[in-house]
Amino acid sequence: MKTRAILSVLGEDRVGIVAAVATALAETGTNIEDIRQTIISSVFSMTMLVTVDEDRTPFEDVQARLAEVAETIGMQITLQREDVFRFMHRV
Amino acid sequence: MLHISPEEIAETLTMITQQHLDIRTVTLGISLSDCVADDADTMASRVYERVTTAAERLVPVAESIEREYGIPIINKRIAVTPIADIAACREHDLTPVAVAMDRAAIDVGVDFIGGFSALVHKGIGAGDRKLMDSVPSALATTERVCSSVNVASTRAGINMDAVMRMAEVIKLTAEATAERQGIGCAKLVVFCNMVEDNPFMAGAMHGSGEADAVINVGISGPGVVRAVVRSLPEDAGLTEVAEAIKATAFKITRAGELVARETARRLGVEMGIVDLSLAPTPAEGDSVADIIEAIGVGRCGGPGTTTALALLNDAVKKGGAMGTSSVGGLSGAFIPVSEDAGMVRAVAEGALTLEKLEAMTAVCSVGLDMIPVPGDTPAETIATIISDACAIGVINNKTTAARLIPAPGLGPGDRVDFGGLLGGAPVLSVNPHAGTVLARRGGRFPAPLGSLRN
Repeated sequence: MKTRAILSVLGEDRVGIVAAVATALAETGTNIEDIRQTIISSVFSMTMLVTVDEDRTPFEDVQARLAEVAETIGMQITLQREDVFRFMHRV
Repeated sequence: MLHISPEEIAETLTMITQQHLDIRTVTLGISLSDCVADDADTMASRVYERVTTAAERLVPVAESIEREYGIPIINKRIAVTPIADIAACREHDLTPVAVAMDRAAIDVGVDFIGGFSALVHKGIGAGDRKLMDSVPSALATTERVCSSVNVASTRAGINMDAVMRMAEVIKLTAEATAERQGIGCAKLVVFCNMVEDNPFMAGAMHGSGEADAVINVGISGPGVVRAVVRSLPEDAGLTEVAEAIKATAFKITRAGELVARETARRLGVEMGIVDLSLAPTPAEGDSVADIIEAIGVGRCGGPGTTTALALLNDAVKKGGAMGTSSVGGLSGAFIPVSEDAGMVRAVAEGALTLEKLEAMTAVCSVGLDMIPVPGDTPAETIATIISDACAIGVINNKTTAARLIPAPGLGPGDRVDFGGLLGGAPVLSVNPHAGTVLARRGGRFPAPLGSLRN
């Protein structure tokens, strides 16, 4: 089962954030569909649309892997199913 | 393609992380119609089996939805068929059934189970009498069981015999739980126009018009609404305030709709309703009183409070009705005193009184809610406070209720503290001029002319 999800990364800018997140996604078989990224007064903010391949890695395991990355690089990372945003912001 | 803008994503995350957006409750309604038995112990064991089987996966499923969607679900709860409706056993005391409900709730991991209930708005049946007589002992011997009794309806009027009996039951329940400041009464609500699909406690039950099992969801979000109202300039017109609340209510409701659909799908049961009530918690900022003050009233309870609350309640419904086609339950702002830090502050400062809360009842959801009153308040006075709330509900064709706690040994200004979501509050003073005659007349307040609609 393929599940579309929104990944948000927030925290102080540093070298290797995108690499760390992308590596974790690649390891879990999660495909990146789109990326938006900005830095506002040294706060790094990245939003990704991803597709989780739940046959390969269950959603909760991808979340757990990203939590490890968040811990290592000291950023706030959340992965939520996309429908919650679609439901809340579109009629 | 990213169809959602990063700003919208950031808004949702802020709502969750900073403004207490959460789903207040996912409540599984379970029919107990097959649990009837000749003796109370058999009935109790059937109730335990039925509840634990039907609700086995409720908590794990709700927890995985919480994680995947990133929206906290604060409570997972169960509502069952009113126990009085299945109380055909020969024993009079139904406490063993309440104990079985409590054990089932603990074993499946829900914090409350509602449905130790009876509907007596027109007459009191044998099962109803058993239930009402068992309430004090049931609530004193259990932790998680909630009880509710419907004593009035627009179609039937007010059953004043039931009102008086429930006032006595409230006093007895307070005494039976006196060592914990009468906490039993925090789990006992007396209704007018009770609804069959309310997911919120203490008044949740599973009505006879429902399927065998159904998921009902109660949204929350006073903190989010307050933040939106506060972000408006002080000279913004009330139309603008209503519009902002409406747009926010839509988003909150959509989150509830999504959680309700997904929970029902995963459990393989019907999705019932989304209840649009704004339910406060004792957490700072998660307060309906704070919204009323953000709209512009100096202190909740002051003049203007009814206006602000009516506006809030109406705007939440308008936004919410766009967010789901399954509106149900109580769907109105809650104003429980002890569960709302802003209400507690308003009472402590003398701004909010019982009489003002009664006026507020006329324009929002369940009104006289979680109100500690002096322990020596006579039963007749409690009965007429309840009948006043019922009169507002009967005449205006709406749900009203009373959850009063006559705190044993305490008087006005003393404080009760129940902890957790039930919170704590100063004891409110009660007008001493109720007399005893009206409450003791008994009989039935006839159904109003407005009920003749066919």
